[in-house]
Amino acid sequence: MPLLELRNVAAGYGPIEILHGVSLQVNAGEVVSVIGPNGAGKSTAFKVVMGLINYLGGQISFDGHDLVGVRPDRILALGLGYVPQGRVVFSQMTVRENLEMGAYLQRDKAKLEASMGWVFSLFPRLGERKRQLAGTMSGGEQQMLAMGRALMMRPRMMMLDEPSLGLSPRFVDEVFDKIVELARGGLTVMLVEQNAARALEISHRGYVLELGRNRFEGTGRELLDNPEVKRLYLGGEVRALRGS
Amino acid sequence: MGPRPDQNVLEARNLKKAFGGVRAVDGCSFAVPRGKISGLIGPNGSGKTTTFNLLTGLLSPDSGQVIYEGENLAGLRPYQIFRKGITRTFQITRIFREMTVLENMLSVTGLDVPDRVARERAEELIGFVNLTHLRAEYGGRLSYGQQKLLEFARALMTDPALILLDEPAAGVNRTLLQHLLDHIHRLEAEGKTIVIVEHDMNVIMNHCERIFVMDYGVKIAEGPPAEIQRDERVIEAYFGRRR
Repeated sequence: MPLLELRNVAAGYGPIEILHGVSLQVNAGEVVSVIGPNGAGKSTAFKVVMGLINYLGGQISFDGHDLVGVRPDRILALGLGYVPQGRVVFSQMTVRENLEMGAYLQRDKAKLEASMGWVFSLFPRLGERKRQLAGTMSGGEQQMLAMGRALMMRPRMMMLDEPSLGLSPRFVDEVFDKIVELARGGLTVMLVEQNAARALEISHRGYVLELGRNRFEGTGRELLDNPEVKRLYLGGEVRALRGS
Repeated sequence: MGPRPDQNVLEARNLKKAFGGVRAVDGCSFAVPRGKISGLIGPNGSGKTTTFNLLTGLLSPDSGQVIYEGENLAGLRPYQIFRKGITRTFQITRIFREMTVLENMLSVTGLDVPDRVARERAEELIGFVNLTHLRAEYGGRLSYGQQKLLEFARALMTDPALILLDEPAAGVNRTLLQHLLDHIHRLEAEGKTIVIVEHDMNVIMNHCERIFVMDYGVKIAEGPPAEIQRDERVIEAYFGRRR
């Protein structure tokens, strides 16, 4: 049984349907990429799993639990972490306070400190900057902080929405290295990425969405080598130009 | 006979704009061909909208020039640029929600024509985008696609020579999109110059004669659609590159 499964899920914003029946599976221990051109519904798929937008149909389950209608904090408590797009950190809080926010469900102080120590060992730079305000850090450091915060609950699986977006090449490398390191440590990962080549390279499997529907799926390698996948990004066959 | 007009109506020369440490536009140059539809594309965050903002005076470039009909526009205010014949629409429409469709059209300043003429022109343009039956409706009550058509029609009130459209297709249903594209081609046939920023590649590839591709704030490719679709640098910009 897959750890996370979406079956024929429809979702959207208000009355506007963005996902028209998308199916995704992630098995325990896998790294799975979700790619596709702008407007494919990649981020929307993550948001509907976390219960953040209008669910319009289909089944969503995690570790045997039905997630439909479940509050985001309960989903987190089930062991599914989520790092939203755009390096969302509390900019007026310190690094340490941000990490504490990630563990607000954790009442056991000793466990919280243990998680904090683990996150600092994963991201030494965060440990060096415990007292720095998050808003004053670079984009790459903020992304590390957002990931560290999601790890504070020691999730079994993490969903990362565009972790490399807007980062300098050095930090892009660092983020992907970190994902590989976490996966080797047993974390199940699903990520949405605009940098499809880099994401597929580190993924066991991938899904390609287009306009809210499944288009292709396969191993990371198969999708990397499929010219049809690349073609989706730049439009189909060009018809004769009109009006000229 | 006067001098033959330059074949390019607008030229961006080495435009730069940084926000804090982020170099959103980092030395971007391109020339927009007169009387054609051009496309400006690039992955998220590549600097397309910032470039539009630099061309229309919403932002002042840190350096570089915007040459329009031989004159440098860099540093001019938006209304000054607007009066030179350049208009634009926005990614998120900026219509007046509490004015009617007709009032929105007449809210355009600097028309330099009598009210009666402005009104006639407004009615004609409302018809042009098929909104006549909604002319007395409040802007806020239109569908998202209709709001985009209204903003597009409003941009034509001054009879501009150069029209910049920021994501005209986003959130517009197929039928309205086809209307919009028909209108854009009619403007082209009248000799207007149009530049489109758009993520819908089918719109870009099937309706633009020339495409400029941006990545990390610079132009990385330029050419006709079929060439752009095969360009390795463009594919890499969109699809990423293996390590």
